[in-house]
Amino acid sequence: MQQLNLLLASLPDGILLGFVYGVAAMGLTLIWGVMNVINLSHGPIISLGMFGAYIVFIKMGINPYLGLLIIAPLGLLLGVLIYVVAVHRVINAPHLSSLLATFSVNMIIIGLGTAAFTTSPYNVDFNMGSVTLGSTTLLGTRLIAALAAIIATGSLYLFLYRTRPGKYIRAVANNRAAAELMGIPSSRILALSFGLGTMLAAISGALIATFFPFSILSGGGYELKSFVIGVLGGLGNPIGALVGGLALGALEAIVPAFMETSWVPVIEFGLFILALLVRPNGLFGAKE
Amino acid sequence: MRNWQKYIGIIIPLLVVAGLMLYPTVTGKAAARETAFTILKAIALASSLNILLGYTGYVSFGHIVFFGFGGYVGFYLLSSQGASLWIAILAGGLSSGILAFLLGKAILRLRGAYFALATIGVNEAMKAFINNFDLFGGPTGITLNFKTYLAYGGASKALEMAFFIVGGLACLAIIMSYVIRTSKFGLGLLAIRENEDAAEVMGVIAPDAKTWAYVLSAIIPGMIGVLFFFKNGNVEPHDAFPLHASIELLVMVMLGGQGTVLGPILGAFAYQGMRGYLVTSDFFKDIQLSVSGALLLIIVLFIPAGAVGWLRKRSELLRRVLA
Repeated sequence: MQQLNLLLASLPDGILLGFVYGVAAMGLTLIWGVMNVINLSHGPIISLGMFGAYIVFIKMGINPYLGLLIIAPLGLLLGVLIYVVAVHRVINAPHLSSLLATFSVNMIIIGLGTAAFTTSPYNVDFNMGSVTLGSTTLLGTRLIAALAAIIATGSLYLFLYRTRPGKYIRAVANNRAAAELMGIPSSRILALSFGLGTMLAAISGALIATFFPFSILSGGGYELKSFVIGVLGGLGNPIGALVGGLALGALEAIVPAFMETSWVPVIEFGLFILALLVRPNGLFGAKE
Repeated sequence: MRNWQKYIGIIIPLLVVAGLMLYPTVTGKAAARETAFTILKAIALASSLNILLGYTGYVSFGHIVFFGFGGYVGFYLLSSQGASLWIAILAGGLSSGILAFLLGKAILRLRGAYFALATIGVNEAMKAFINNFDLFGGPTGITLNFKTYLAYGGASKALEMAFFIVGGLACLAIIMSYVIRTSKFGLGLLAIRENEDAAEVMGVIAPDAKTWAYVLSAIIPGMIGVLFFFKNGNVEPHDAFPLHASIELLVMVMLGGQGTVLGPILGAFAYQGMRGYLVTSDFFKDIQLSVSGALLLIIVLFIPAGAVGWLRKRSELLRRVLA
């Protein structure tokens, strides 16, 4: 009974957090789906999103949710830049090249970030009140973050299915050679997709910053979570990523009710390996 | 035909290691031995990773898991069961080999990026598990009783011995790497790297060959792990399974040239040397990671074959001399 109460208290929180995990994973999985590149600079970009929220709110005094409107385009531009500089030359090379190229971007960002912000923790102290339902208390920041995550997912879907560049992205993901024959400028579309992926990472980072303390290194943990979610939901499937994110958020809330919190990563990564082995295309199918 | 020329591909790498082992004695500085230890450790680890990465073409992001796991097993025997260092090192290598065998049976079915992701998962799962495993001390790890060093003639003698053992293990790794490369088994691995399906058609039993390549690449890291923690006197989950160390190994192999015997050695040398310089230089020390990253990016984009691969392409003579 006590466990049930504990669950009721923590589960909604976990699920709300899961929405944000989902957005981060969506960024990773979009890039994988379009160009078969695992973006190892995902984590530091999430960290940059966190610092973006910090700068916007603490230094400039803008509401962090309005600040998303500044952070998102900057994330997009950064992604396009990373693609042009680091990824474009190795897009057709073996996996090792693109993995190492994005990892070198990871090192560059972490190095510069450490020089600028050190590795000590920062905090965006932002309070949106809370809502109490029975025995559960929902923090306002988490509710809004979940809402923002849903809006981001919805916009991504509208973009991919209702606009011309979005359709181009899906065409390139489906068959790059055929898309090029149809006159789609594939290099530009790849750059745009990479930009969208990093934009989602930056948004998720900014949302996470409103309820957890962070440092330049904390993105790494969310990058690993994004891998787990991406694989659970099927690499290349954005809706799968959101569902996978919710599942992971729920898992993180459920496990501590039954065993010590330190077992959570054991179960997460165990599940991750299992999913890779049993259903490498994810529980909900890979890219369409 | 002069016989020694046939073996020049192994003579050059071994001379490099011999030079490194003599270097501290010649200069007579304690700091020099520390530097040489780090480089020899990197050479042994990178050479062993090369068996999987360079020959077989499977990208492992979690190679350090064998270093940590073997190190933990050996160190546990050393500190809690009173085993000698030799037994502990052997046990470390053996346990890593067994772990690789079991893991290999499962995850080597995955190809390309899926395998790379799975190795990250294995490393993180192992770290999280050891963190909760009370026999190995959980999050605080194990600390060696200082008296253990007495059996080896005191701490400074023990450190000296550890230095020569790491040199020996580096030689072992190089010899293993050379023997595999020149054997029929190695040829099978190279065939898998080029095209796994075609290799199977040609009669390479790919699942077995891959698993053994994985096992062989895991043994040396397990042994090095025991030795490294013996030298440090303690082990913690955080030090045993650093994901970034796995990636540094990849960088070394890429830098020197994957799939060659000499490549990982040069790569380890160059990477450790560069890091040592950047960390101590006034100008670069704050952004040393960024500078390393930028250099890595340049190599990946413009010299993907690495230094040795690049040299081999230049002339017939070098192709014969550099294995």
